[in-house]
Amino acid sequence: MAKVVKIALAGEGGQGVQSVAQIMTNAANDEGKEALYIPNFGVEQRGGVSIAFCQISDERIGAPKFEIGDIVIALSDRAVVRTQQYVGPKTIFIYDASIEQAEEYLPTNGAKVLAIPALKISKEELHPRVFNVMILGAALQATGVLTLDQAKKALEKKLGYKFEQNPKLRELNHKALERGAQLMQEQLAGK
Amino acid sequence: MSIELSMPKSWRQETKPHKFCPGCGHGLVLKALGRSIDELGIQDKVVFGCDIGCSLLAWDFFNVDTVQTHHGRTTPVITGIKRARPDRIGVAYMGDGGGYAIGSQHLVNAAMRNERITAILVNNANYGMTGGQMAPTSLPGMKTETSPYGRDPEHTGMPMQGPEMVAAIAREGAYVARGTIANVRQATTFIKRALENQMAGNGFSFVEILSTCPTNWSTNAKDTWHFVEQEMPKYFKVGEIKVPGTKEE
Amino acid sequence: MAKPIEGEKRAFMTGNEVVAWAALAAQADIMYGYPITPQNEIMHYWTRLGPKFEKKFLQTEDEISAGFTTVGGVLSGARAFTATGGPGNILMQESISMAEMMRIPTVMVIQQRGGPSTATVIYSQQEVMLTTHGGNGEGHRIVYSTATHQDLFDYTIKAFNTAWKYRFPTFVLGDGYQAKMRESLTIYDPEMRGVKMVPTVPLLGQEGMPGVDREPSLLRNTFNTEEELYAIIKDYQQEYDRIAPELVEHEQFACEDAEIVIISHGVVSRSSKMAVHELRAEGIKVGYFRPITLRPFPADDLSGAIAKAKLLLVVESAEGQLVKLVRQNLYGHSILPIEGLLKPGVGVTSEEIVDKVKALAAH
Repeated sequence: MAKVVKIALAGEGGQGVQSVAQIMTNAANDEGKEALYIPNFGVEQRGGVSIAFCQISDERIGAPKFEIGDIVIALSDRAVVRTQQYVGPKTIFIYDASIEQAEEYLPTNGAKVLAIPALKISKEELHPRVFNVMILGAALQATGVLTLDQAKKALEKKLGYKFEQNPKLRELNHKALERGAQLMQEQLAGK
Repeated sequence: MSIELSMPKSWRQETKPHKFCPGCGHGLVLKALGRSIDELGIQDKVVFGCDIGCSLLAWDFFNVDTVQTHHGRTTPVITGIKRARPDRIGVAYMGDGGGYAIGSQHLVNAAMRNERITAILVNNANYGMTGGQMAPTSLPGMKTETSPYGRDPEHTGMPMQGPEMVAAIAREGAYVARGTIANVRQATTFIKRALENQMAGNGFSFVEILSTCPTNWSTNAKDTWHFVEQEMPKYFKVGEIKVPGTKEE
Repeated sequence: MAKPIEGEKRAFMTGNEVVAWAALAAQADIMYGYPITPQNEIMHYWTRLGPKFEKKFLQTEDEISAGFTTVGGVLSGARAFTATGGPGNILMQESISMAEMMRIPTVMVIQQRGGPSTATVIYSQQEVMLTTHGGNGEGHRIVYSTATHQDLFDYTIKAFNTAWKYRFPTFVLGDGYQAKMRESLTIYDPEMRGVKMVPTVPLLGQEGMPGVDREPSLLRNTFNTEEELYAIIKDYQQEYDRIAPELVEHEQFACEDAEIVIISHGVVSRSSKMAVHELRAEGIKVGYFRPITLRPFPADDLSGAIAKAKLLLVVESAEGQLVKLVRQNLYGHSILPIEGLLKPGVGVTSEEIVDKVKALAAH
């Protein structure tokens, strides 16, 4: 059976995890892969932790939600706590380095636990608005489900009309994507 | 003159004499409706829905396309028909329980949306078909099967002011009136105007008709007539309440 | 006017969006609806797409009204539908009982949520009994349980044709997961696939002067005697039994030599399918059976599929609702023990099913 890559993305409302999930799965679909994305929803969607469950494969996908992710990304302290349950022995757990005292509740059973300074770099080098695009870059680097060029096409599809008005925005998004991937690569290489 | 000649043309002769109790007011309300349909020449356009309760007995009353619905649900069924087929003239026929209790949310919202349908509500101050229980319209002190010592407004409220409520929430273009079988000519005028209002596309039209239920009231002919003509109007004001294009009182 | 979908194309969208597109493709005329999670986006997409194709929408005051306005729309000859779930499904059972009694071909899409009561807005398979047998009658209705977005598209279109061909209220039974998730499917113009829409006819408000050119349509649902009702219900039952073999649909594989047959429906059957592939790869003799129509139930097909089995495993996101249907339909045909992997209100993964089957096989 074909391997299914399972990714859980979690953050606070407004951090854009659902749009990252949507762009990623849309891009996978555009490339002819099978993708399935479901947000957690419920009465807690107002003011709670927002989680996106994504699966990408070469074949049809089974259950919409999964118990253990291959990659689990948490972007806030609450998200770190909330996503513990999706971590298994093979899971790569990624969190934002700016989360204070994260070490207190980081999962201990994962294959790798990595911190990336995406929030800091987005603020200092790019723009806070493209924080989630950095996360997209990081997720793609970690999973290899799509190339950055394929992700750029997906960004173009979603934001192309804005890019036309302001080409600098395109440049900014591309940079964020690449920078996110680079951060991830450094972490995976153990730098 | 034979009896048949006095029937409205839109009545279905095969089903007469009708099945309502002796002294029941439904026959007179349906005569007023039949005359209105005849005068407006809309027998082939009307879709008639009758509610559950005594109203259901009108299911084969006319040579008009008719559907029996559920208790309180005639307003949404006719609304659904009218929304899909605006060329039809929708008439929802119901009792006070159907309109003001179990189906009150439908009446309120049809009025609020100004649905282009005509609702005719027969108010006989009790639930007739189920055996004479207290209705939203029962008068204070009125003895019914569920208020055997008389309706106590402290516990069960005052008689529902249906047309007044509808007039208060319906937009301009709605037609609202209360008639009585004690004045069939006037009731016919109100029903006809209500239908004309729908045909003109103005808005919701609603007519309550005060009616009789001697079977459950346990009244003789004289007392029955006294109740509908004298007692009910003390709580239910007869007349036009909202007429498009006129200033409201 | 252009068709909503020309030819066919691959799409990647939520299940609720799929339903709206399918209803458009099926040339539905009007939707009546009331907000309830998780079906809301069906209305959202219908109200955005509909006006471009002269489609109508009415937001009603509650699901009682949404059901009865749908009944009205259908009576007038419109291809009308509504959608709901959970507590809304309960309220709509009243109008469905009228549709059953009067053979009104309503179409309703149900996106199941957790129950009982308000419970969760998220997901379950707990509306199986309600959807197949709700109402104060005999369950003279047709229920398709979908598993994928392709199913949602195909069976929403089919539901209109089934309803109008057989004149029984017809349901598409989905769930909150299917409603909210995105996956790929092919949307298409039904005509291109040789699917002709069954024409609708007004049951009320036909042409001509009633009583002169034609008899009036006098539609009743109230009867004076027990015998009158008895005759009608018996007649409906006979009709239902006659058409049931044409209606039943199921999916099965690996059942021929299976010692354990997994029975599941809807979105859970996706997990069962993966589990069966995985278990077969390990040499465990397990089969897959999925009823697509929950009402009528594919009883004969199931009997055939379990011929070699020693054990049945029913997997569902409910505490035994599918088990009830299976038991009822196998009674007299099978004395096999029925095990359950029953998870009311939560999803079931293939891993859980694999573990359960292995535990059962070890005994």
